[in-house]
Amino acid sequence: MHDALASPGSGRLRIPPFLRTTTVRLGLVYLGMFLASVLVILAVIYGATAGFMERQTDETIAAEIAGLHEQYAQRGLTGLVQVVAERAAGRRTNTLYLVTGPGMVSLAGNLSAWPAVPADAQGWVRFDIRDEHTRDGPHEARAITFALPGQFHLLVGRDLREFQQFRERLLRALAWALAITVGLGVIGGIAMARDAMGRIEAINRTTREIMSGDLRQRVRLSGGDDELDHLAANLNVMLDQIESLMTGMRHVTESIAHDLRTPLTRLRSRLEIALLSDQADVEVYRLVIQDTIIEADRLLATFTALLDIAKAESGGPEAFQPVDLAELAADAADLYEPVAEEKGLIFDTRVAGGGTVMGNRQLLAQALANLLDNAVKYTPAGGRIELEVEGATVTVADSGPGIPPDMRDKVLKRFVRLEASRSSPGNGLGLSLVDAVARMHGARLALEDNRPGLKVRFEFAGIQPQC
Amino acid sequence: MTAMKILVIEDDAQAAAYMVKGLSESGHVVDHASDGKDGLFMAGGGAYDVLIVDRMLPGKDGLSLVEFLRATGDPTPVLFLSALGSVDDRVKGLRAGGDDYLVKPYAFSELLARVESLGRRRAAAATPATRLEVGDLEMDLLARTAKRAGRPIELLPREFRLLEYLMRNAGNVVTRTMLLENVWDYHFDPQTNVIDVHIARLRQKIDRDFPAPLIHTVRGAGYCLRA
Repeated sequence: MHDALASPGSGRLRIPPFLRTTTVRLGLVYLGMFLASVLVILAVIYGATAGFMERQTDETIAAEIAGLHEQYAQRGLTGLVQVVAERAAGRRTNTLYLVTGPGMVSLAGNLSAWPAVPADAQGWVRFDIRDEHTRDGPHEARAITFALPGQFHLLVGRDLREFQQFRERLLRALAWALAITVGLGVIGGIAMARDAMGRIEAINRTTREIMSGDLRQRVRLSGGDDELDHLAANLNVMLDQIESLMTGMRHVTESIAHDLRTPLTRLRSRLEIALLSDQADVEVYRLVIQDTIIEADRLLATFTALLDIAKAESGGPEAFQPVDLAELAADAADLYEPVAEEKGLIFDTRVAGGGTVMGNRQLLAQALANLLDNAVKYTPAGGRIELEVEGATVTVADSGPGIPPDMRDKVLKRFVRLEASRSSPGNGLGLSLVDAVARMHGARLALEDNRPGLKVRFEFAGIQPQC
Repeated sequence: MTAMKILVIEDDAQAAAYMVKGLSESGHVVDHASDGKDGLFMAGGGAYDVLIVDRMLPGKDGLSLVEFLRATGDPTPVLFLSALGSVDDRVKGLRAGGDDYLVKPYAFSELLARVESLGRRRAAAATPATRLEVGDLEMDLLARTAKRAGRPIELLPREFRLLEYLMRNAGNVVTRTMLLENVWDYHFDPQTNVIDVHIARLRQKIDRDFPAPLIHTVRGAGYCLRA
């Protein structure tokens, strides 16, 4: 099975492992592009230089022709032959001359024989000559030929030896330039890629350390404020969140262990004692069982509350729906107003242009219910509870004992209850849920002093425009 | 309460045994299926008044079982039992054709009240009522008025809905959770027993001036409206 899967790939080009590293790949791509651009630049330089030299050669030949043409017009063939002979006799001239008579017999000039290569339509010819004076090999020459009346022929050209030498030197220089740039390119490419890969490797190293258990590690920033730094900063923020979640989870586990073990132990010992007692009275058993069920219900309620908090903490805005804050408050007021009045409290609801927010109605209702529940529970008779909606803010204020400033952050944590409230029923999870729901909705939760009492403000980031 | 034929489709043998025992002792005839296939086979005949279906079952899961039943036109009321308690799960269950949804762990009294309410709803569904009557208490659903022994009773809108729900379930135990869900649409239990206060207010209006109370408290379970 494995072989069958592998065999089709074996026909393809195998990339050696070291070439597959990002460093090498980045380096090669960089080098390729560098090479291409350098080649283009060098080709342009060469083309421009060589073209210029060629044009100059042609211009020199044209000037010679003009001179000879003048002589020929004034003095005829004899004059031409004479001038050619004079000019060809000059040493160190690079200009080639040849005048031939019928049968291509040389009459004057510094070229030993008429070139064997045929001329093109304009009379231009390119041929090799061998210099008798120097022992150089054959070198190129370029000339233009004219047929004169009476089977006479004239050739004027340039020995291209110098041009050729210059061209060779130019090519050699360009080749060196190319070699140096390629060399620098390779080094630069590798250095650049290694720098980038080195930083990525540093991130990898940190993540490996974290994976192996050390959650306190953080990726070091280079301070360059570039993409890699942004990546590292994001990773660090993510790690902070994971760490705080882990801490939170550990805290919850410990709290659960502590706060659920106590009632479970109580429940168990109650049953055990009932079983041990000598008087096997059915009525006693019944009472014990009833108490046990009440205790078990309380435990279940605690579990449910913990699960609700977990739900709010893990939930996102995917399932959010428009929630009318005025309606939300009216429903909650409707549920709690009779309860407050029963306890001799004044319940006041004020709605001033409540908006619509995106949210989870059940959880928001539950958070609001928890706040009202607390207010009713802790405000002594004759007190006052105010539920207010204004824009995107829902406020629940009471005239109860309030929460001391140094405890306001702590009461949001799970299972934390004020000493004074230990005696009243409750599991210490009510405000934790409110806090979790606020965070889920991106809302700001503020616990303030109502002088006297507690004022809880639940501020949403913004209200939905009405459509 | 007349006896109902109930089918429990639940794979946890112990949970099923408790349910069968409790429902039988409450006077109902109970059958049990331990997986989805058996459950579908047994429920298919339409012989039951109420089905109690666990959402997670071996063989065929509860959701698709109920969807299948509904697709064949079987209207038997279904109560879903589930360990999944989020609003989304509840909505999914109801959308699949469930009539009620109870999250584990639950109190048996809650289960019993809901099952009996479902069985009764089926009997009542045949005739869409515009008037409800329990003893000498009357309710006109169109005019939104209530009278007891011919004397009009003033009710706030929420009190009207509370009484309407109690009357529709007359003779059955209605739990506090059922009231919160159906009258307030709150799917959570507030920490204090807010419902008790509302019931007390309703009692003031319909029971105080009459010799025989209609609203009865059922200890450990909830309330029951009966003449």
